[in-house]
Amino acid sequence: MSVTILGPLETGGETLPLYSFQVPAGFPSPAADHIEKHISLDELFDIRAPHVYLVKIEGDSMQGIGIYSGDLVIVDRSVYAGHGDIVIAAINGEPVCKRLHMRDNQVVLMSENTRYPARHVMEGDELVVWGVVKYSVRDHEKT
Amino acid sequence: MKKPEPVFALVDCNSFYASCERVFRPDLAKTPIVVLSNNDGCVIARSYDAKPFVKMGAPYFQIKDHLRRNGVVAFSSNYALYGEMSERVMTLIEAMVPAGEVYSIDEMFADLTGIPGDLTQFGRKIRANVLKCTGIPVGVGIAHTKTLAKLANHTAKKLQTRTGGVVDICNTRSRDWVLERCEVGDVWGVGRRMKAHLEAMNIKTAMDLARADPTMLGKKFSVVMEKTARELRGVSCLELADAEPPKQEICCSRMFGKRLTEIEPIKEAVATYMQRAAEKLRAQRSLCKKIRVSIRTGMFNPDEAHYANGALVELPYPTNDVRLMTKAATEAVNRLFRPGFRYSKAEVLLMDLRQPGEFTDDLFAETQPATADKIMSVLDEINERWGRGTLRAASVPADPDWGMRREMMSSSFTTRLDQLWTVKAN
Repeated sequence: MSVTILGPLETGGETLPLYSFQVPAGFPSPAADHIEKHISLDELFDIRAPHVYLVKIEGDSMQGIGIYSGDLVIVDRSVYAGHGDIVIAAINGEPVCKRLHMRDNQVVLMSENTRYPARHVMEGDELVVWGVVKYSVRDHEKT
Repeated sequence: MKKPEPVFALVDCNSFYASCERVFRPDLAKTPIVVLSNNDGCVIARSYDAKPFVKMGAPYFQIKDHLRRNGVVAFSSNYALYGEMSERVMTLIEAMVPAGEVYSIDEMFADLTGIPGDLTQFGRKIRANVLKCTGIPVGVGIAHTKTLAKLANHTAKKLQTRTGGVVDICNTRSRDWVLERCEVGDVWGVGRRMKAHLEAMNIKTAMDLARADPTMLGKKFSVVMEKTARELRGVSCLELADAEPPKQEICCSRMFGKRLTEIEPIKEAVATYMQRAAEKLRAQRSLCKKIRVSIRTGMFNPDEAHYANGALVELPYPTNDVRLMTKAATEAVNRLFRPGFRYSKAEVLLMDLRQPGEFTDDLFAETQPATADKIMSVLDEINERWGRGTLRAASVPADPDWGMRREMMSSSFTTRLDQLWTVKAN
């Protein structure tokens, strides 16, 4: 498993980078010219965008792709869901989190857990895709 | 080069509060919904499919059973949710247009001047984008003046199925079509009284008003009516408004969740309303010199003794210090309270507002000490970061039993981590 270190994180989307250097009376800090803006999780996940929503997941049917019960997912409503996307969708009015399968004239809501069967969307079923899951967040101390 | 004729759009959310409730409740997509006023008093919003069952303003306790029998679901008003969804809608529209003016929680005027191509198509794009990104349906009215855009929007809503929620009346033929079919009471700014006046003058449709002599209307009524008539003719008199000027008065008034007979809880309520009013005062950076506090019993129940009274309190100097203001307001309650009544409502009104620096200090008069300014800004910062009411006067209880009744309130869904929308994966 490879890990990429992104750098320091900011607390909120609106904070500006902090230039904490005292104005030096002697030698100027050699790092002063290399300060970059801190990374913000708000920005990375685009959480402040008007089309992005935080949703909490309950249940273990998606744990095969690493979405566990209690996780938060970051959902984008602005994009059209395609084959293979993880979606929040309402099937006959009931909201669910599933993988959307759209091949061979069939629409199927797939779970990522062998204990849950695939849900074929049949004629007479009403499926409304609410949004596409972009990221998920887990509290590793709690779980 | 000739300046292009201005084009305005009014974008308006359909049954906004009810639509917000549906966003996170897909199971209610086809269930009629009503939203109730503070204290679950009366109906203030209805989804389209609830309209046949219930009138606007109907008292909830009277229609409770009627609603249940017809499968209508009632919600307490959830302003945290509506405010958040409103912000999303407005941000999305603003990103698509050159300039916008938020007119109310669910309406925005937009400047479309100079946008090339088919404006109806552009309106449909706004509508589709807002619907996709928020789940809230909107209507769009497009015209050469704000008053006409409002009327176009009204028509879009009335003829939803035929218009797809977008009506462009920039050309004269469609403008006249709409003017002829709208009553004068449908025109922006024409209230029920004005409607009666105009109808007595045989001005019955919007077209009649457009054809009336604007100068005469100006003399007989007001310059506002004159502008309205000119705007209906397609002459733009109203521009997109800039940010609102600071309010001249600030009011916080609410019904109690139950009738109160003792003075102590009434003082708590007045202190609570004062806390909110003072926050609003500081948010617009004003100071206030006078406060009016009033309390009253219910006024409509013939079996109850009625009492209403108010007191004006003058503060020693223009201030925004909630401590000083709360003390003055609760002392006023001592003067107003009469035992033996069942009180239902209190109100705090901040008057004689001034901007710091705009009034001349009397050389020898007391002014707000600088330490108070500092304490107030720390107070606001703490409450901004940790939530309203985190730091407050001791006289303001956290969860009073006289608080608003909101028994059918949905979660805030988006604004609080502990109330996020939860979706099943099973």
